[in-house]
Amino acid sequence: MHSVVLTKGVPDFREGQVSFDEDGHLERGKTPTVMNPNDRHALRAALQTKVRNEGSVSLMSMGPPGYMEVLQEGMRDVYADDLYLLSDREMGAADTWATAMTVATGIQKLDDPPDLVFAGFKTADGETGHTGPQTEWCLDMPLLTHVISLDIDEAEETLRAKRLVEGDVEEIETVEAPLPAFVVADPEFEPTYRRADHRLKHKDLRETTRDRADEFGEYLDDDTDLDPTDWDRFTMWNHEALNLDPDYIGLDGSPTIVAGVDPIPKAPSEREATVVDPDDDAAMEGVVEELAPYAGGD
Amino acid sequence: MTDDYEHYEAVVVGAGPGGAAAAATLARNGIETLVLERGVDAGSKNVSGGLLYAEESSPYTIDELFPGFRDEASDREVTEHYIHNVAGRDVKTFDLGDLHHHDTEWADSVLRRKMDSWLAREVHEMTRETGGGLLTEVRVNGLLREGAEIVGVTCDELDPIRADVIIAADGVNSELARDAGLMDWEEPEEWFQGVKAVVDMPEGAIEDRFNVDEDEGVAHLFSGDLFRNVRGGGFLYTNDQSLSIGTVFHLDSIADERAEPQQLLDNLLTHPLLADWLGDEYDELEYSAKLVPDSKKVAHPSPYRDRLLLVGDAAGQMQAQGPIIKGMNHAVTAGALAAEAFVDARSRGDTSAAGERYVAKLENEGVMDKLRPTRYKTLGKLGEVGPVASAMNAVTDSALGRAAISALGDRAESLFNSPFLMGMLPDTRMGYVTVPTVIAEELGAPVEGVNTIEPPELDDRIGDLTYDIDEGNPHIELRDNSFAASGTAVTACPVSAKDFGGGCYRDEYVGTNGSEEHVVSLDTQPCVECGTCAVVADTDWTHPRGGKGVEYEQG
Ligand SMILES: Cc1cc2nc3c(=O)[nH]c(=O)nc-3n(C[C@H](O)[C@H](O)[C@H](O)COP(=O)(O)OP(=O)(O)OC[C@H]3O[C@@H](n4cnc5c(N)ncnc54)[C@H](O)[C@@H]3O)c2cc1C
Ligand code: SF4
Repeated sequence: MHSVVLTKGVPDFREGQVSFDEDGHLERGKTPTVMNPNDRHALRAALQTKVRNEGSVSLMSMGPPGYMEVLQEGMRDVYADDLYLLSDREMGAADTWATAMTVATGIQKLDDPPDLVFAGFKTADGETGHTGPQTEWCLDMPLLTHVISLDIDEAEETLRAKRLVEGDVEEIETVEAPLPAFVVADPEFEPTYRRADHRLKHKDLRETTRDRADEFGEYLDDDTDLDPTDWDRFTMWNHEALNLDPDYIGLDGSPTIVAGVDPIPKAPSEREATVVDPDDDAAMEGVVEELAPYAGGD
Repeated sequence: MTDDYEHYEAVVVGAGPGGAAAAATLARNGIETLVLERGVDAGSKNVSGGLLYAEESSPYTIDELFPGFRDEASDREVTEHYIHNVAGRDVKTFDLGDLHHHDTEWADSVLRRKMDSWLAREVHEMTRETGGGLLTEVRVNGLLREGAEIVGVTCDELDPIRADVIIAADGVNSELARDAGLMDWEEPEEWFQGVKAVVDMPEGAIEDRFNVDEDEGVAHLFSGDLFRNVRGGGFLYTNDQSLSIGTVFHLDSIADERAEPQQLLDNLLTHPLLADWLGDEYDELEYSAKLVPDSKKVAHPSPYRDRLLLVGDAAGQMQAQGPIIKGMNHAVTAGALAAEAFVDARSRGDTSAAGERYVAKLENEGVMDKLRPTRYKTLGKLGEVGPVASAMNAVTDSALGRAAISALGDRAESLFNSPFLMGMLPDTRMGYVTVPTVIAEELGAPVEGVNTIEPPELDDRIGDLTYDIDEGNPHIELRDNSFAASGTAVTACPVSAKDFGGGCYRDEYVGTNGSEEHVVSLDTQPCVECGTCAVVADTDWTHPRGGKGVEYEQG
């Protein structure tokens, strides 16, 4: 069972990590890049398949060389086996469509065609949720979105999944699809390991993939002469290797037009505050008076 | 159908010393062994005083099973051992060296998180080679049966598992022993309750204050009127960089006296005798508590049923040799013997004979005689209110008796050093309270030190512990909340106290239809899973689900 998981690097939006310039634009250079949090659910789903059904997990991303660290993080935290980065200037500034085209081509180039492709539910920066389904469209596989649990029947070559359907009321439906299939994992995805041998295997994988990720780390060190592309579990492909026409990828291949960007209003650095003693009736009355005009919802 | 379930040759439940010894022995013999431990890490649920003995007469010691043990997992080799008889400020100290060294190859101080965690790593490696391994955060919640026969275990976190042998090393509140009908948790006189503080020591302080070398350690025991009339005593052991200070009492005595365990511990901590050892700064790293079985009463003579073999505390194999406590070493011996019994039975093609073989080994190796000495049965039966005890109390309280003790002088020391006498000490106040107090009064001298330390309040102690609360899923339920049925838990629970609102058990008066009822309420959030209320209150008691509940860092 070979799974490919798509992942993306996103700015680390946690408090204290994000830097904005004076106009309120995100400063990418000063904000660390981390794995898109939703992709972890996809990785966990792939890991569950690997543990329960044997096989391997490839982690693929399209982006600048800095994403190698995101791939390494995926290997360390969610035990990926092989890492693929699709990267060169021609691929830069791609919208979801151009990204899907590129990534689908990358998947088709793999020596070992995947039985399953996993994607996370939208990215923390773009939030479109398009890339997964668009990639699936290019690959022409059955698409299962909002998947919250997953079972593979290897003999029948089918996949049975529970998916969350959001409508007026939330429903869970069970669906079945033939393999290969494309799965978008929902944030509610919960891997389950109810057999001791699965948990033991999970424990083994933790050890081995952490060691492997550390090994890759040596290739990524700032002061090393080692070339990451020499590392046997990592592959980097540019547009030529993928045989892609630059007109159909990157910025040139992106049909999306960005109409404008609204700066995020900056929070005032200092706010005036008056300390009010709750036992001071007169002062409390003043507070009530101040709040009264807003009470009607004005 | 149970046939569809996962199967291992051996399943070991619990990764304390008993489980580790069993698993290592099974793995060495090539048996496919799965070890299931409910804590986030082995040792995270465990507490001991901790002096681990390697006995010369024992067929197995932990360093034989795990050759790197003493270098990696224990703290200091304890070479000196004293008991302090206390009456107020008066103290008479006896050297317990002879008792300590009797049948002892070595005795090391240990902290359970460090020790069990190390053992678990070794065990995982060994058992992994057999196709099994060790899993944490899995609570075994019962026995899998086929018809009436026990054939495996059921868990909260995993589907049922079949096994050819199940070794229950799940400690004092063994749910498996109870499920098999081999042990109940009914009688307070069958248990001891231990409460302990681990106290941080500045670098070099242990060497200076206890006058020992870097790798040497000391053990001090305390008895007398320190703990009012509660039967039991205190201990202080030196670890690498901390002290383990605690108390162990007969649970019936704690219950009867309505004693507050944490206060009894504070009585010891604040005694002037400890002033020089504790210094001015008191930094308590951890407060903990646990029950221990009294092997003299509950060591099961036939600790098996079908494929289930009980070892260690689960089988009641915890020996109090007078003031010296030996539980971990017996768990190791029993664990290895149980494994050996299965290996023997299997090689003869009849794994169902493992239980019988285990019982025979416990007898033949002399383990049962240490755990339930025949001589105790004779004397022990006399009990607290027995005529001999009353007579002895009268003697020691009389002028004549006191004169006799004075005359005995330091020769009394040799009586304390007799393993024979210590093994048959009846559970009366006489041995724990009266005699030591009279010895201190007649032979002792006042201690000089001024103890200025202030132990933390109970809420700080609870607040400093790490818990992963299983919200909405309490592991203990009160079956009868009347004060008469469950009120003892308010005082006996080591994280509850009368008039303390932040613990597990509280007593309340509830008005109904003009009358007032005295009831107790329970909040399991601060529970340290000691097991006390399982015995002294009317509860439905289970361990929390895997990984949930308290997580000890020291143990
Ligand atoms: C205060 C105090 C002082 C003591 N002093 C000493 C001393 O100085 N020397 C000495 O030798 N002994 C001492 N003891 C006794 C000693 O701690 C025990 O006898 C010994 O730990 C018993 O070992 P065991 O392997 O049987 O059980 P434990 O060490 O209790 O291990 C049981 C293991 O099973 C796990 N477990 C329990 N239930 C389940 C379940 N359902 N599923 C999965 N896992 C489970 C637990 O988490 C634990 O890891 C003391 C005890 C106390 C409380
Ligand atoms: S609630 Fe029961 S088990 Fe928990 S700490 Fe109190 S007495 Fe011990």
